[in-house]
Amino acid sequence: MLSRVADAIYWMNRYVERAENVARFVDVNLHLALDFPEAGEQWEPLVATTGDNELFRKKYGEGHATRDNVLDFLTFDRESPNSIVSCLQLARENARSVREIISSEMWEQVNHAYLMVTEAARTKAALDTPHDFFTEVKQASHQFVGTTYLTMSHTEAWHFGRLGRLLERADKTSRILDVKYFLLLPQPSDVGTTLDALHWSALLRSASAFEMFRKKFHTITPNKVVEYLLLDRKFPRSVFYCLSKAERSLHAITGAQMGTWTNGAERELGRLNSELSYADTREILGRGLHEYIDNLQQRLNYVGQSVFETFFAMKEVDPDETRSRPPPPLSSTGLGDA
Amino acid sequence: MFEDPKTPRPSASLLAQRLGALDPVELRQRQIAAERALLMRGITFNVYGDAAGTEKIFPFDIIPRVIGASDWRTIERGLKQRVRALNLFIGDIYGARKIIKDGIVPESLVLSASSYLPACNGIRPPKDIFCHVVGTDLVRDRDGQFYVLEDNLRCPSGVSYVLENRQVMKRTFPQIFDQLRVRPVDLYPTKLLETLQHVGANGSPTVVVLTPGVYNSAYFEHSFLAQQMGVELVEGRDLVVRDDRVYMRTTRGFQRVDVIYRRIDDVFLDPKAFRPDSLLGVPGLVDVYRAGKVALANAPGNGVADDKVVYAYVPKMIEYYLGEKAILPNVPTYMCEDPKDLAHVVANIGDLVVKAANESGGYGMLVGPQASKAEQEDFKLKVQKNPRNYIAQPMLGLSRVPTIVDDAIEGRHVDLRPYVLYGDDIFVLPGGLTRVALRKGSCVVNSSQGGGSKDTWVLAEGDSLSPPPGPVATNGQSQSQGS
Repeated sequence: MLSRVADAIYWMNRYVERAENVARFVDVNLHLALDFPEAGEQWEPLVATTGDNELFRKKYGEGHATRDNVLDFLTFDRESPNSIVSCLQLARENARSVREIISSEMWEQVNHAYLMVTEAARTKAALDTPHDFFTEVKQASHQFVGTTYLTMSHTEAWHFGRLGRLLERADKTSRILDVKYFLLLPQPSDVGTTLDALHWSALLRSASAFEMFRKKFHTITPNKVVEYLLLDRKFPRSVFYCLSKAERSLHAITGAQMGTWTNGAERELGRLNSELSYADTREILGRGLHEYIDNLQQRLNYVGQSVFETFFAMKEVDPDETRSRPPPPLSSTGLGDA
Repeated sequence: MFEDPKTPRPSASLLAQRLGALDPVELRQRQIAAERALLMRGITFNVYGDAAGTEKIFPFDIIPRVIGASDWRTIERGLKQRVRALNLFIGDIYGARKIIKDGIVPESLVLSASSYLPACNGIRPPKDIFCHVVGTDLVRDRDGQFYVLEDNLRCPSGVSYVLENRQVMKRTFPQIFDQLRVRPVDLYPTKLLETLQHVGANGSPTVVVLTPGVYNSAYFEHSFLAQQMGVELVEGRDLVVRDDRVYMRTTRGFQRVDVIYRRIDDVFLDPKAFRPDSLLGVPGLVDVYRAGKVALANAPGNGVADDKVVYAYVPKMIEYYLGEKAILPNVPTYMCEDPKDLAHVVANIGDLVVKAANESGGYGMLVGPQASKAEQEDFKLKVQKNPRNYIAQPMLGLSRVPTIVDDAIEGRHVDLRPYVLYGDDIFVLPGGLTRVALRKGSCVVNSSQGGGSKDTWVLAEGDSLSPPPGPVATNGQSQSQGS
């Protein structure tokens, strides 16, 4: 497939996923604020989760992270590159540039999501009942993923989409964990209190992980939450789950055997995944969770950069390369998981 | 659609009866639903210079235009004949120029056409086909006769709306479709792909559609056609020329391209051959084309045959190349280049439609009867200053068809653009883009000038004045499952 097209499909998926994640953690924070009005609302960390603190401060000034400012910044502000409306607009622009490759159902899904958010931005009524609105955004993303799974052949283009989506999701889960962990790090006096439990539940809910976590561990402790969101092998938003499926898609694209590598992205992602698969929470917390996540994110950035250089970059013509290679068979390991 | 205000043409009587039975509120609701469907499906065109809301739906009217089978037979025969002659003309102009030597078409006229490209002299495209995709605009006069208004041989647009409008209409009026025998248009992408493959070099050529990109006003169409044919939609930056071949950049390296359905204007195709400042095209493309290593559809340079002055000679071309009388007449045309015609045009400018030879989209024209005195005077000067660049035609009594306007139905002027494909054979899509001037009294139907579109229903042979008796079996749709 065309490099430009692969690039657009990859980013279309990243942006839809990003919009979903923003909706997720804003929604959870709103709920938390309703439960604990006396604890003082914490809106600043939300901006930190998207990584746009600088732009936010430039726009609103220091110490102005109010509910309304942050909500607007993260939902309807077109100047904010990671607001829901910006993400969906970019997803749609990418979708529009590859309409001939994706299924028309996928295109309609993205178009619909964008029009829904644009309409909501116009009326602003959505912020009177924000939960309904954020639920709609999450559902739009889920529908997109489902539609993609069910209407597009699971060939190269599909794997590029899944790769983009899962790298994005791994990144966002790690950010949620990072930001919240520092925020929630219990004071000795808080341990075991209702407040503590509720905050940790909120963190899990940001990743829709609360119910599944309960089934596995019952009791909520910081260690277990970290373990679940970073290393769980079965939970679809855990970092390790996302990255191991991302690795499969990468190998499905190149045709290289799992456990081997043919480009920088495969090498780095493979190495990261083997580390994660043998990692231990106590060790991670011992080293410092923030440092661990910081390192993880740098390595994810490197994977993203390598994906770009390997597949999307507009390279000079190499005469040897003009003899087009036959596409490798898609390995069956890449199939079957959305 | 009507012979007189009360009597629908026979082919339209069933439709008229059906529409008459719908309550106006319901009709309006169906209209709104249809527009919403177009928006949701993202069937839009881009408006240049419009920032946030860069896309609009092409206004669509749900009352279709109906064309009977016998009228269509004439149109189809006439278009095939015309396209055959135009194709021979282009080959001749960039080849031996017999038609000029024989004194049928003046040399000065051809050489002064701005769409004539000297760079294309001597190039023989695969199978000698120059105009693979043609959209010829027709109008119907008061007398019921169809006339050719102009030919579009470069990158005619609109066929995607024909196909999408039909999809929407099937949802909007399923019952009427059941009873009228409307000929399907869905086979267009298949025919287009066959047409393009026909001029490809080897057994299964790699076909691509070349677009200027998402900001082009017809981007939806480019993407739609690529999708429907299942081929890559490429931009200039996706293509490279190397060793006399064209390649596209893929995630697995470079892949050869054999046929390019280009939707970029001639002069933007190749900065080396035409405009060095253009970033849209592919450097070296024309050399590869000249060497016969890639096919371009439509062939560069064929705009020489849709120049509005050259147009006036098409009936003569048909006689010259085919030895036949033109089946579809031209609209009578005054050529301002001719001193006698020029005098007539200047004297009667208030009754005429004057058009610049190389403008499109409804630009550069004067509709005499609707223009102010000042506009008329202004155009007189323009015409006298550069007579080669203008033609004039009498104002036709363009046929009108019923159209939903707010809460009422009123007659509005229409034209028709059928689509013709020149491959192994010449194929005319049974239908076409009916464009409608939504402003009352206006005859300008271009989308850039407030025009809209309608679905065009060409009825199957044996279309009857009344619905066929009993359950209708249409093309296997009523067959039982598993057959």
